Amino acid sequence: MSDRKLDLVIIGGGPAGLAAAAAASEAGVKDLLVIERDRKLGGILNQCIHNGFGLHTFKEELTGPEYADRYIKKTQALGVPFLTDTMVVDLSWDQETGAKFVTAMNKESGLFVIEAKAVILAMGCRERARGALNIPGYRPAGIYSAGTAQYYVNIEGRMPGKEVVILGSGDIGLIMARRMTLEGAKVKVVAELMPYSGGLKRNIVQCLNDFDIPLKLSHTLVDIKGKKRVEGVTIAQVDENRKPIPGTEEYYSCDTLLLSCGLIPENELSLMLGVEMSPVTGGALVNESLETSIPGVYACGNVLHVHDLVDYVSGEADTAGRNAAAFLQGAQTQNDTNVKKETEIKIRTVDGVRYSVPATVRPEHMSDMLTVRFRVGNEYRDKVLAVYFEDEPLMKLPKRIMAPGEMEQIILQKKKLEELAEKALAAGVSAPQITIRVEEKA
Amino acid sequence: METRELTCIRCPMGCQIRVELEGGEVKSITGNTCPRGADYAAQEVTNPTRTLTSSVRVRGGDQAAASVKTRTEIPKERMMDIIRAIKEIELTAPVHIGDIVCPDVAGTGVDMIATSNVLTVGDGS
Ligand SMILES: Cc1cc2nc3c(=O)[nH]c(=O)nc-3n(C[C@H](O)[C@H](O)[C@H](O)COP(=O)(O)OP(=O)(O)OC[C@H]3O[C@@H](n4cnc5c(N)ncnc54)[C@H](O)[C@@H]3O)c2cc1C
Ligand code: SF4
Repeated sequence: MSDRKLDLVIIGGGPAGLAAAAAASEAGVKDLLVIERDRKLGGILNQCIHNGFGLHTFKEELTGPEYADRYIKKTQALGVPFLTDTMVVDLSWDQETGAKFVTAMNKESGLFVIEAKAVILAMGCRERARGALNIPGYRPAGIYSAGTAQYYVNIEGRMPGKEVVILGSGDIGLIMARRMTLEGAKVKVVAELMPYSGGLKRNIVQCLNDFDIPLKLSHTLVDIKGKKRVEGVTIAQVDENRKPIPGTEEYYSCDTLLLSCGLIPENELSLMLGVEMSPVTGGALVNESLETSIPGVYACGNVLHVHDLVDYVSGEADTAGRNAAAFLQGAQTQNDTNVKKETEIKIRTVDGVRYSVPATVRPEHMSDMLTVRFRVGNEYRDKVLAVYFEDEPLMKLPKRIMAPGEMEQIILQKKKLEELAEKALAAGVSAPQITIRVEEKA
Repeated sequence: METRELTCIRCPMGCQIRVELEGGEVKSITGNTCPRGADYAAQEVTNPTRTLTSSVRVRGGDQAAASVKTRTEIPKERMMDIIRAIKEIELTAPVHIGDIVCPDVAGTGVDMIATSNVLTVGDGS
């Protein structure tokens, strides 16, 4: 029932897919394919022409397209085959044999099916839909998501409008405030519902402050004027329940409204496959190998959880690629029920910590040091980030600041976890847990 | 005496720093939590620099614009001059990463270079 058989298929040719492909290839997987629906490899980076990428990986500040190009060159040098202009439309698997079926479509071949032993999900994310705009009335022209506006300006070289209001202070909105100002538009205000911005400080300073663009925190949109085209918007301050406060309304005339209301992982395919998902991130639940609930299916990059630093995406994808290679070489499989039942440690995130990637850890399979990444749900100043194994404290890290916009991380040691897991089992604890939480200073 | 308020961007703390200047010279820096903040503030008030990124039009390419950047940081107050200078430029495909799009852009002594590849239409390579 398949047109072609392969060891590994990587879905998505953005930074995650490229780094995963490079790592798998370097680990000896040669029978692989990257499938990308766009005309070009590189993913969202192609439209992120600002600089600030790659400080961790290359020790220099690159723009998005330059960063992507480094990985494109790397995969090309390794001879990784890829198909562009090709969209994966369905994903399924056979529970008996473990085979995965990737259904894809392109102009030359129409619809075709590839049977693969392993799959890496690297589809990235998309912007929250306009439905997020929870106000009644018309939907005139001139309303764009910030990412769409970014595509128009940076790839197509045309401006969506002249007078702009931006709703939401995510990084894409901030970046576009600067970009459109430089291109001659007047950006009147950025309104953010929360009392803090979800964007990086650096972007607030260099994209708003540099151009005297006001940022109004705890503000939301209450009305859009205009039937055919946006003529203006009204924003108002909100109370602690995020309800507009009457009497605080302010009107701004504008022809363009950009929505920067956050990103969500693009997981339709993962859902078709039946992968277990995290309700918090909208991405798959994965173990230390970045393997999903389906053996031999891995996830990395923005499809797993939304990243603000592409360097972390590349690092994560490298892990997924290496583990997929190990899976193919038979070194590990989650089907090994013995191992799984005995020592799968769940990571519990409570008291301000929203989620973690990975969500479970099998000490036998982790590398000597395992990076666990997570986000907090609020701005915390002068708190302690505490990690426990059952009741035993593993670390207490004093934190001057933690914010939802900045991903946090801790590093777990394999040796230590193996010891603790063994002790717990001996003491009759069948499902040991690691807890990550925010605590008051002692 | 002139005072300037700024947000430090060297770490997520985002300290609000206040700098007092006299005749262009830094007299005092307060509000920073660590020395890196003082360095940042001193640089920002005396000689703020930025890498400028933008795009320029391309003729005959597989996309209508090529992204560009200043090869190194330029004085912040020259940003708009550079933007005006590159508005006039129209490149012809192909464009490759690293191509010099405009040498010594707006007399800053810094080259504007391409940061994306734009292929000639119909040329698959
Ligand atoms: C606007 C913006 C600004 C950013 N700024 C910075 C910054 O300044 N510094 C920094 O370090 N990071 C930044 N980031 C973060 C970084 O760029 C992302 O985290 C990174 O690009 C994510 O990589 P990815 O491969 O997971 O996703 P993507 O780059 O989105 O790649 C996913 C790819 O999968 C393809 N795909 C999806 N579905 C299918 C399918 N069904 N079939 C085939 N292909 C498919 C897509 O076409 C896409 O090419 C920014 C991100 C955005 C969106
Ligand atoms: S002053 Fe120090 S602590 Fe404060 S934001 Fe700057 S680097 Fe961070």
